[in-house]
Order: sequence, then structure tokens, then C-alpha cells
Amino acid sequence: MDFINRFFKEDTASKNMAVERLRLVLVHDRASVSTGLMESLKEEMFQVISKYMEIDEKNMEVKLNAGERSTALIANIPVKKIKR
Amino acid sequence: MSGKVIVITSGKGGVGKTTTCANIGTGLAIRGKKTVLIDADIGLRNLDVVMGLENRIVFDLIDVVEKNCKLRQALIKDRRFDNLYLLPAAQTKEKDAVKPEQMVELCEELKLDFDYILIDCPAGIEHGFKNAVAGADDAIIVTTPDVSAVRDADRIIGLLQTYEITDPKLVINRVRPDMVRRGDMMDVNDVNDILAITLLGVVPDDQSIIVSTNRGEPAVSDPSSRAGQAYRNIVARIEGEKVPFMSLDFDLGFFERIKRFLKK
Ligand SMILES: Nc1ncnc2c1ncn2[C@@H]1O[C@H](COP(=O)(O)OP(=O)(O)OP(=O)(O)O)[C@@H](O)[C@H]1O
Ligand SMILES: [Mg+2]
Repeated sequence: MDFINRFFKEDTASKNMAVERLRLVLVHDRASVSTGLMESLKEEMFQVISKYMEIDEKNMEVKLNAGERSTALIANIPVKKIKR
Repeated sequence: MSGKVIVITSGKGGVGKTTTCANIGTGLAIRGKKTVLIDADIGLRNLDVVMGLENRIVFDLIDVVEKNCKLRQALIKDRRFDNLYLLPAAQTKEKDAVKPEQMVELCEELKLDFDYILIDCPAGIEHGFKNAVAGADDAIIVTTPDVSAVRDADRIIGLLQTYEITDPKLVINRVRPDMVRRGDMMDVNDVNDILAITLLGVVPDDQSIIVSTNRGEPAVSDPSSRAGQAYRNIVARIEGEKVPFMSLDFDLGFFERIKRFLKK
């Protein structure tokens, strides 16, 4: 079965590239269109993390980062103190 | 009577909004629904020629909103199809000669008289788009199966939410079965999965669209046109009928058949 698929070039079909590229680009488009999505995510993350440690909200950074094959949510959250 | 206002929009230009508007409108009229088509593409009037009504224009949309004439005077009645009317766009005026509030008022007035009010939206997301969607109750989003058109469609879906149009319907236009089969064009499922809105119909890329546009007679009225059949199905779905989606898998090649057989 595998060899037949390869024979028919399923994997390199250009439509698969179209689908993959679209999915990636839309992650970004959608995040920026729905203004406030990243803001409210950041706000909620702050609340959850604050239960466990003291963090620096002013310098907290949450953003989407598009790679070639995937998109990652990158968070940089300076910790001031761990709660006990 | 309280008619329904449907805007036909896409974001990207040239994907088939005007063609879709003409065909759906004509199809609804053939089914006996009183229908008016509004060309909201100010400065780039096109719906009139696609409908073959370009020689009958006296007044236009701007004349109506500026009250230079009565609404009734500006509506062009199609002589071939009872129930079908066109309100043409102005060709000479500036794009911002109409305001969204005026479009809302116009739509409300037309709702009293018509079953369906279809608005042909210009490309883009600027002024013309805002006017076209202002009075709409629902939207049909036209896209073609390519990356940029689908991306723009997605953007439009997001923007429509701010106009409280939360359930827009999707028409995928210019699908080429031969390319889909080769894996060189996204298929209906690919596009539908990505955009995740209600699918209204799939229209094949079809020369009969060009021929019918040359003649000024929408393909939906041609029984032998495949695109016309796709539009007839779309019209039936708008009218609440459950019509199965057309299979675009005619004339499957020999290798494709073997491949499908082996995949089972
Ligand atoms: N299914 C189809 N098969 C073949 N040709 C098509 C099809 N649909 C549309 N076309 C052709 O594509 C061209 C663009 O179509 P149309 O004018 O309807 O697009 P539009 O979205 O209204 O463009 P604009 O953004 O400029 O208003 C036309 O020449 C039309 O005949
Ligand atoms: Mg157009």
C-alpha cells in the first residue's frame, strides 16, 4: 500500500502543501483578527500561574510563533518568587 | 412580506461573486421567488452586463439613496424572468457616495416587497464591503480552492461576526476535478475543514459560465450547463431543500480507479 501511495505521489501533492500552509497562516490571522484573544489568554495565564508563584505581569510576554512546520505559543514569564 | 437580505462576498477579487449573485438570483426567480439583485460595486458596475441588462439602465443605486428618483423607477425588471429585478451600481460616482445607514434603509424598504434581496459585494474589506454587509441578514462567501482566496474568505468570516452574521454559507467555485484528482487542487473537504462554516454548494470550473456571460444569460437557466446545475442545487438548498452534493468525479481515469480499489 505504501509503495502504491508513493507511486502516486500522495505526499508531494501540491494540495497538501496548500492545506498545511493555510493552516499555519490562519493561526496568525485568526489570533490577530479576534482582537483581545491573546490579551485574555495572557490575563488568564497570569491568574493561574499566580496561584503557584509570584510573577512579573508587566514584563510577561505571550505570543504566537510560526515555524516552517508548526506554530508555537511562546510565553516568557519572569518569576519573582515561588510560593510555598 | 419580510424578505431576506443576503450579501455575496469573498474578500479576494475575481473569485465569482458577481457570477454567483446573477445565477442564484435568476434561479430563485425561476422558482417563483420575487428577487432583487443589488450591485454594490460602485464604480465597477458589472452585474448589469452579466445579467444582460446593461442597455436598460436609467437610474442607479446612488440616485436612489440621494433620492433623485423613486426606488421603483431605478429597479430594472428582467423581461425574461418574472419576479427578477436589478438595482444597478453607479458607474461614475465615488465609492463613498453611499453610507451604511442608507444601505440599511434601502434593504428595509426592499424587504417589504421582495422575498430575496441579494447584494453583490465588491472585493476588499473597505468602504464598499461595509456598505454591502450593513443591511444583510445572512451572507454567502464565495471562494476558489486556492491558498489566497481561502485565506481571504477566513478573514471575511471573522469580520462578518462583528456584523452579527454568525452563520455564513460557503460556495466553493471553479473546482477542477482533474486537478483535484491529481492532488494539485484542494478538494471540497480540505476547504470546508479549514473554514468550518456551512457548505452551500460546489461549482465546477466550467466554460459554460464564460459562454453564458458572453450572452448575458446566467448559466442557471441552461439545463445542459454543469455549473448551472450546481447553481440550481444551491438555490434549492437556500429554499430549504436537502439536495445531495454533486459528485465531481465523472470520467475517473483508469489509474485512479485502481488506486481507489486498492485503498478500500
Ligand atoms: N465556475 C466558473 N467557471 C469558469 N469561469 C468562471 C466561473 N466562475 C467565475 N468565472 C469567471 O471568472 C471571472 C470572474 O468572475 P466574477 O466577475 O463573477 O468574479 P467577482 O468575484 O465578482 O470579481 P470582482 O471581485 O472583480 O467583483 C469571470 O470572467 C467569470 O466568467
Ligand atoms: Mg464582481
